[in-house]
Amino acid sequence: MPEPDPLDKETITPAGGGAMTLATSDAETLEGGPIPGGTQSGKARSLWSDAWHDLLRSPVFVLSALVIVFLVVIAIRPSLIASGNPLSCDLAKAQEGSQPGHPFGYDTQGCDVYTRVVYGARASITVGVCATAGAALLGGVLGGLAGFFGSWWDALLSRLADVFFGIPIILGGLVFLSMVTSGSVWPVVGFIVLLGWPQISRIARGSVVGAKQHDYVQAARALGAGGTRLLLRHIAPNAVAPVIVVATIALGTYIALEATLSFLGVGLKPPTVSWGIDISNASNQIRNAPHMLLWPAGALSLTVLAFIMLGDAVRDALDPKLR
Amino acid sequence: MEQPATLLDVRDLHVEFRTRDGVAKAVNGVSYSVAAGETLAVLGESGSGKSVTAQAVMGILDSPPGFVTGGEVLFRGRNLLTMGEEHRRRVRGAKLAMIFQDALSSLNPVMTVGAQLGEMYEVHQGMTRKDARARAVQLMDRVRIPAAKERVRDYPHQFSGGMRQRIMIAMALALEPDLIIADEPTTALDVTVQAQVMDLLAELQREYNMGLVLITHDLGVVADVADKIAVMYAGRIVETAPVHELYKRPAHPYTRGLLDSIPRLDHKGQELYAIKGLPPSLTAIPPGCPFNPRCPRAQDICRSDRPPLYAVEPGRASACHFWKETLDES
Amino acid sequence: MGRYVIRRLLQMIPVFIGSTFLIFFMVYALGDPVAALFGDKAPDPATAARIRQELYLDAPLWKQYLHYMAQILTGNFGTAFNGQDVLELMADAFPVTLRLTIVAILFEIVIGITLGLLSGLRRGRSVDTSVLLATLVVVSIPTFVSGYVLQYLFGVKWAVVSPSVSPAAPFDQLLLPGAVLALTSLAYVTRLTRTSIAENSRADYLRTAVAKGLPRHRVVTRHLLRNSLIPVVTFIGTDIGALMGGAIVTERIFNIHGVGYQLYQGILRQNSPTVVGFVTVLVIVFLVANLIVDLLYAVLDPRIRYA
Repeated sequence: MPEPDPLDKETITPAGGGAMTLATSDAETLEGGPIPGGTQSGKARSLWSDAWHDLLRSPVFVLSALVIVFLVVIAIRPSLIASGNPLSCDLAKAQEGSQPGHPFGYDTQGCDVYTRVVYGARASITVGVCATAGAALLGGVLGGLAGFFGSWWDALLSRLADVFFGIPIILGGLVFLSMVTSGSVWPVVGFIVLLGWPQISRIARGSVVGAKQHDYVQAARALGAGGTRLLLRHIAPNAVAPVIVVATIALGTYIALEATLSFLGVGLKPPTVSWGIDISNASNQIRNAPHMLLWPAGALSLTVLAFIMLGDAVRDALDPKLR
Repeated sequence: MEQPATLLDVRDLHVEFRTRDGVAKAVNGVSYSVAAGETLAVLGESGSGKSVTAQAVMGILDSPPGFVTGGEVLFRGRNLLTMGEEHRRRVRGAKLAMIFQDALSSLNPVMTVGAQLGEMYEVHQGMTRKDARARAVQLMDRVRIPAAKERVRDYPHQFSGGMRQRIMIAMALALEPDLIIADEPTTALDVTVQAQVMDLLAELQREYNMGLVLITHDLGVVADVADKIAVMYAGRIVETAPVHELYKRPAHPYTRGLLDSIPRLDHKGQELYAIKGLPPSLTAIPPGCPFNPRCPRAQDICRSDRPPLYAVEPGRASACHFWKETLDES
Repeated sequence: MGRYVIRRLLQMIPVFIGSTFLIFFMVYALGDPVAALFGDKAPDPATAARIRQELYLDAPLWKQYLHYMAQILTGNFGTAFNGQDVLELMADAFPVTLRLTIVAILFEIVIGITLGLLSGLRRGRSVDTSVLLATLVVVSIPTFVSGYVLQYLFGVKWAVVSPSVSPAAPFDQLLLPGAVLALTSLAYVTRLTRTSIAENSRADYLRTAVAKGLPRHRVVTRHLLRNSLIPVVTFIGTDIGALMGGAIVTERIFNIHGVGYQLYQGILRQNSPTVVGFVTVLVIVFLVANLIVDLLYAVLDPRIRYA
């Protein structure tokens, strides 16, 4: 899985870029009338409400949000739509295809593929949500503080992030998780947080450094606003948007990562029900029973897609420049 | 000379921007003309349509969202708007050149200035790269950039603001065009440098007998160099006049307001005049005279009937129902 | 420039030590290499102690690490527990993965940049929308899924390519695995190119280029593409390291005996010298690729050359 997220454009500003563009011509060609704006707090507020308004009009957002809500619901209560037990299998029915009451057919152990696909959502969603929350919290706080305070703290954190970036993520997962015997979601979550936070921290650091340079922050500082107040009231709200976007997209990739690690045999292990494990088991039967592979693979891809599209839609809404 | 007197003749030009938030009518029936050796200043606030008009004339409008929806742009008697794109491209840069406001962002950051200047000769005249580079050095000399021979290999960010704007001028001048459109050429510069760049531009214009359209919002710049002025408001020309007449006796309340808002030494101590209100949104231009909500002279007729351009004197026109009263007031 | 290179090289040292030590720590401290040697049998304590001493495993971890790094600097990557020379394993595995990576990078460059350019120039039109949607779908399908599906379709069902790769792994057999390995990055390259093109096509200097009367193809190639590709080149450069490390899934699907395959075997069998040796080399590749990208960036964008 790719670690740096190029979907998000580089936050490097070339030397001497900013001050010269007074942008009268820009306002002229696009806005026409008076430039909306006013105070900076008004701008931040309208950014969020504008974004929300745009999101509700975006079919991509609405569709992916509905899919995600559905996935979360079945992750919590899989029995709502699947009456069977994912672990009760009948070897006599191994690899049988679709039949009434069992639309997705059976796998090699004779387990009902439909039931396993439904129950598999729980592991994926749990890993995705918990790992993202952990990485966003850890990376957001560390990166934000590094960006705000700068100096040695920043340098140390940047090097530390580099160390984790230097390890290819799947390799790291193989090495780290092969030492763990538990097949539950928590070691996987822990590992993803461990290797995932630097990405978020870079984004958070970059946007805090960017927000710090805004005129209104300088103004607030000149007016005597203290460090904590400055960070919480003026910088954090503006720096949070890019973190949310990257975290949402990362959630999708973390789910894919979990499945990949499970596929390689080091992530989740039976009896945990996981799409990755099922795909791995189905992979050498693809010629005889492709349904065993296609259903869990489809569910996995759809889940990842929903989160990535959600993140994409949120980014479009929060970044009006790209329209 | 057997050249036609008029170089550029813009007739009833309409431009609109079709955006997600509606159609913005940026230019609504603008007409102006420039002759060889003449300087026309187009004056207006941001959003008045002065730059958009220039972009439509040059054929560099961002399209979409911008569309020319009507009118003609006659250059030496030929309508640029109906000309084929390839033909028009050959005119662009060679016969009709443009200088932009912000030279730092308007020059390619990853190409040396020599390459950017030389490109004009390579493309339009088929010159070899080496010859073109030699011409680039001459050009830089011409706009008085010191040590042109060495600096031709430098990148735009390595020059000062004034020097960069000289490079923009050199680029526009490269093929000795008939007409240059300068869009706020000095706005981004320090005041001291502004005068130098403006003088250079005026000097070169005289020397090559070019037509010049000078787009600006700065009345101070206009007075020294322009022959005539067109004042724009909400995508329309509201007043045209020879420069000195306009300064002496404006015939439109908007022009009057602009002149009154210039700080003057002899009025020291008085409060500075400002036109109240804001220009209208181009997606919702008020009926009648677009200036009526801000006009001190507005009557019922201004809210219902759009004033045409009334001929005030030979060579003067004003789009105000009460141009006479305004003129007499001065 | 020279000072910049030196500073970057110095910055690499702590990162190199950190990354390799982290892996070393995971393998040697979290795992038990000697127990792994004996498999399920409980090792005889005396034998185990002897092996530990032979393999330098009785020293404190930091000493082991130093000892190991000192060995590596002299070109001695040690022997795997089954007696194979790790350096020999590398000499067999790295060229294979390198070829695979080259194929993947070529796919990224040719297809990714072309698609990105097309959709960036036609922003908001149907081409753009479908390319964008396609990239999202491609990013969402994990490599091991797309790998098996494509292997089944191209290798088995339509039989246009061989479904597995021979040990020699010539370029023509690596086309399909290379495409599979490239897929996700290819989608990123497409999106990155598109965004970059879309942003730059609104830049003032591009308007200048049009106003100069340049033909469209020259505006696009000399001005638009040249500027827009800077971030793309940077991404592709960093991706070399990521692809070599990430080839593990692709190599497993197509049974390619490259770096990923050896590493996977090493990890499963807890063959510590193999794992640490391979990862160390991968970390070096990754760091060097990043350094080259940084330097390339300065070459491509003169604005940061003297910064």
